[in-house]
Amino acid sequence: MIEFINFYLIPGITLGSIYALGAVGISMIFGILRFAHFAHGDLMTVGAYGALTVVWVTGIPPLFAIPFAVALAIIAALSCDRLFYKPLRELPTIYTVIASFGVALILRSLIQVIWGTESQVYVKGFQKPLVYFDTFRIATRHVQIIASTVVITGLLHVFLSYSRMGRCMRAVADDASLARVAGIDTDNVIRWTWIIGAALAAIAGVFVGLDTDVHTNLGWNMLLPMFAAALLGGIGKPLGAITGGLIIGIVEECVSYPFFGEALLSPSYKSAVAFVIMIALLILRPQGLFKGRLL
Amino acid sequence: MNAEGIAFYLVSFLTMGGIYAVLCIALNMQWGFGGLFNAGIAGFYAVGAYTAAILTSATAPTHVGGFDLPILSGLLGAGVMAGVTAWGIARVCVRLKADYLAMASIGFAEIIRLVVINEQWLTNGSLGISRIPRPLEDIFSGRQAEVVYVVFVWLVVLLTYFVSQRLSRSPWGLVMRAIRDNDIAADSIGKDVQRFRVDAFVVGSVFMGMAGALSAHYFKFFSPDATEPLLVTFLCWVMLIAGGSGNNRGAIAGALLVWAIWSMTEIITSHLPVEWASRSAYLRMLLIGLFLQFVLQRYRQGLFPERG
Repeated sequence: MIEFINFYLIPGITLGSIYALGAVGISMIFGILRFAHFAHGDLMTVGAYGALTVVWVTGIPPLFAIPFAVALAIIAALSCDRLFYKPLRELPTIYTVIASFGVALILRSLIQVIWGTESQVYVKGFQKPLVYFDTFRIATRHVQIIASTVVITGLLHVFLSYSRMGRCMRAVADDASLARVAGIDTDNVIRWTWIIGAALAAIAGVFVGLDTDVHTNLGWNMLLPMFAAALLGGIGKPLGAITGGLIIGIVEECVSYPFFGEALLSPSYKSAVAFVIMIALLILRPQGLFKGRLL
Repeated sequence: MNAEGIAFYLVSFLTMGGIYAVLCIALNMQWGFGGLFNAGIAGFYAVGAYTAAILTSATAPTHVGGFDLPILSGLLGAGVMAGVTAWGIARVCVRLKADYLAMASIGFAEIIRLVVINEQWLTNGSLGISRIPRPLEDIFSGRQAEVVYVVFVWLVVLLTYFVSQRLSRSPWGLVMRAIRDNDIAADSIGKDVQRFRVDAFVVGSVFMGMAGALSAHYFKFFSPDATEPLLVTFLCWVMLIAGGSGNNRGAIAGALLVWAIWSMTEIITSHLPVEWASRSAYLRMLLIGLFLQFVLQRYRQGLFPERG
């Protein structure tokens, strides 16, 4: 049991937190701009490399480099929207989806040209785990990631429920034309969607780097699990996306635990779990757990 | 470079260009005629390539087969296996709307990739399958074999083109376009929308599998690296959109045009200083990404627009 918590559940919650932060942006963009943003994973990568540069130059701990990562990802997201998505906004959304594939490629190849393709780490060397009650051994980075995600979730909830912009965003996600008729500035809502989505993606990217290492496919590899999380939580429901992310992360890590003497699934097929959940959701329950919107 | 060198450069260009042309026409059957957003091209390509590799290569101790069968049966087998896989996938997810079908098909392609990497007994894992034969290998060798192969590839391109052309003008093709443009209207006049979509998905995938087989024979070696979604799926989409979706000639032209951009820029970037040359592949990817955005914003109809 202790082994299960230390080596499966806690890493699962950590991975789930990362998926959760990334999935919020996907869910909001899907809800408000009505398209599946295939470049979202690569926004994470942008954030991770932004923080890496600051860590290299100044030597501060990666957590303190997050503001810079966030700023870089927001700039990237807003300029991609202006240059590549906005000109296609009046067309069927499928063109924007195709464009987002291209943006994914553009962002990734820019990163590969600038930073090279070798895997990097923020902090070299082995970190001693924290020990609680003599039995729970939890890595410091896992505590940092999980605690930050809890705080961010709280802030996001307050923002969406009580701030004017947050309420406008939920209104546009529920019914865009009604919101426009009611006098909501949709362009501004779209801008804030990108800002929040990109900021959370960048934080998630830094967390991936903190948890494992920084490499150029980091975000792309997480894209499908994050889509699965956004679908599970219901499209257009940011807090649903967080729940979905946690579920997907925990399930992914726990399927290789030997519950009945033997691992349920070989760890090399771990990432197939998210794909299968995603496909099953698409077919059986596309509105997700919390009644998200349907395209 | 002398004249002979240039000629053989052209041969290798046309070989790869031809393989992409097959993929592109196949995608055109799904997206251009059927409006099916298949983002898992690499999956069907991989199924075809591995089927052909296992069927035609000499017996190896490391994985199942090879069965040393003739190349044509390998090509046929590749098409059949890719078609069967596609049928299974289409049955469950062809009714999904565009964005959702894209996600589901990438998901399936990634599952296929995981199987290919992990099932050592079947595919020899990440080491890949080697010693895959080429047609008429014992008669021709060296550069002659290259010429023979380019002819073989373009025969398959022609076959694909004629099948796609016939289909698009047949009653089946007309119904397919009607479904693409308005599935509710097509449904209301009694067309079985699901069945037509499954058909289009399967037929396209059969040819994607054949394209996989062609590349396995060309490189004589196939490993999971060659199923990288970017190189196969993405490039193929850029080709079809640049060429003109809905038009088979456009699909061929787009394949050759984008492949020309891709391979010509390699010549340029190979002259860059060493520290840049190692990153040249990424510069070229960047270029292709920007090219796609340019086409999407300025030339959405492509080189050869669909005829009304």
